[in-house]
Amino acid sequence: MKLITAVVKPHRLDEIKEALQAFGVHGLTVTEASGYGRQRGHTEVYRGAEYTVDLVPKVRIEVLVEDDDAEQLVDVVVKAARTGKIGDGKVWTIPVETAVRVRTGERGPDAL
Amino acid sequence: MAQAITLAADAPTLSAANTGFMLICSALVMLMTPGLAFFYGGMVRVKSTLNMLMMSFISLGIVTILWVLYGFSVAFGDDKGSLVGWNSDWVGLSNIGLTELWDGTTIPLFVFASFQLMFAILTPALISGALADRVKFSAWALFIALWVTVVYFPVAHWVWGSGGWAFDLGVIDFAGGTAVHINAGAAALGVILVIGKRIGFKKDPMRPHSLPLVMLGAGLLWFGWFGFNAGSWLGNDDGVGALMFVNTQVATGAAVVGWLAYEKIRHGAFTTLGAASGAVSGLVAITPAGGAVSPLGAIAIGIIAGVLCAMAVGLKYKLGYDDSLDVVGVHLVGGIIGSLLIGFFATGKGQSDVAGLFYGGGLDQFWKQCAGVFGVLAYSLIASAVLALLIHKTLGMRVSEDEEVAGIDQAEHAETAYDFSGAGGGAARTAASSPVAPAESKKVDA
Repeated sequence: MKLITAVVKPHRLDEIKEALQAFGVHGLTVTEASGYGRQRGHTEVYRGAEYTVDLVPKVRIEVLVEDDDAEQLVDVVVKAARTGKIGDGKVWTIPVETAVRVRTGERGPDAL
Repeated sequence: MAQAITLAADAPTLSAANTGFMLICSALVMLMTPGLAFFYGGMVRVKSTLNMLMMSFISLGIVTILWVLYGFSVAFGDDKGSLVGWNSDWVGLSNIGLTELWDGTTIPLFVFASFQLMFAILTPALISGALADRVKFSAWALFIALWVTVVYFPVAHWVWGSGGWAFDLGVIDFAGGTAVHINAGAAALGVILVIGKRIGFKKDPMRPHSLPLVMLGAGLLWFGWFGFNAGSWLGNDDGVGALMFVNTQVATGAAVVGWLAYEKIRHGAFTTLGAASGAVSGLVAITPAGGAVSPLGAIAIGIIAGVLCAMAVGLKYKLGYDDSLDVVGVHLVGGIIGSLLIGFFATGKGQSDVAGLFYGGGLDQFWKQCAGVFGVLAYSLIASAVLALLIHKTLGMRVSEDEEVAGIDQAEHAETAYDFSGAGGGAARTAASSPVAPAESKKVDA
């Protein structure tokens, strides 16, 4: 199994979710995140005092998938997330040793 | 306090209309203190929200008691040497007849005492904005008690009490440009020079945690200010209160526009905080002047106050004093602007026949205004610094560094302003703090 992690622009979340569903992915986890890469933050002004806010809001999407699907799903996510502008985010995979469905105790790919 | 001139030659009688109006105005001015609490409370970081609210709220308690005990007597009693007043019948407000009228007006003494009490509550609360995040609550409570006793009550006498030096000199202060705003602004400067900066001033980001709260507070202040200003004529027999009402709205609207225009040009955005601050700067500036100027004069005063205060709030970074929420930049500067501009914009057709420079009156009134402004400024600055120093050297004015960094709300009030655990995400916290019987102490993951 592999864990696909995507840190992307928040407004692309729905597109990505739909694309993954269309592919047959049954579950995913989303968390609100903040960070920066090449896209830097913005400036805010309060009574003339300027603050540079470095961290940009993002969402982090995590999906557990079978090894065979991983590469293709990465492409699905990337395609759905892309706007072509700076700050679109990153997608990566890491190997996962085991996964258990809590309710039934199923292990491995059966738990997905 | 400017007093309504009774037109009839015979002794004035109680007016139910004026009495009702003034009771409502008193309640409006009372609302300004919680309004101010929100205005300031939204501007601090999350961790000191409650402390900021409480610094204003405690004034409603302490000053009320002192006012009844001796404050009213010191501020408005018979003059002693042009500096303080005293009337032993008013100690404890105990020997006052229900229908006894305040001198030269048609309202009961009790109504006047209530109205003025709300001013005495608001003024020390204004100071608190400069002291955000770092002052021990007990020290602040003591400071308020000492400050109103040594500074506010006497200064109110100077400006509004018959026989007070500024009053006798002919300084115009309709509703508190000197006695309230310059007084509070100068006091704020005096105290912060003693207690020093917040940890991280100019280094850490100190963004307002809730601008909607700031806007709410500014709205409440604006609303209450109609009572503060229009009510200060103590009646409506000659229309001066109504002129003040109009000018309050006009100058405030103009100051919002002035502040925003300056900000857009200088910093590139129309900020919410700028709009709220602009409103307060306009309200401050028109406070001394609104009974003496025309609505067009009020527009000029509002715009000038909005722009100059917007410039003044940047000074603290250059000069290095931590006037946290700009009490100096808005109240001291705005109060000075409004008080001095009377010398130029007074029409001679409002509260008195004294005209300013632009209406053929020369600079006479301007010099009188200068005397009032700098007399109050200097006394308040020095006396407040001395009081703060006394407390600082004995009890200590500041919380410990740890407490300040962790947040004064937890250290001084044992509460947090907001529960961020949220729906769903709060499971762990809810379990840990489940309300089991009235336990001695409970553990909460804050």
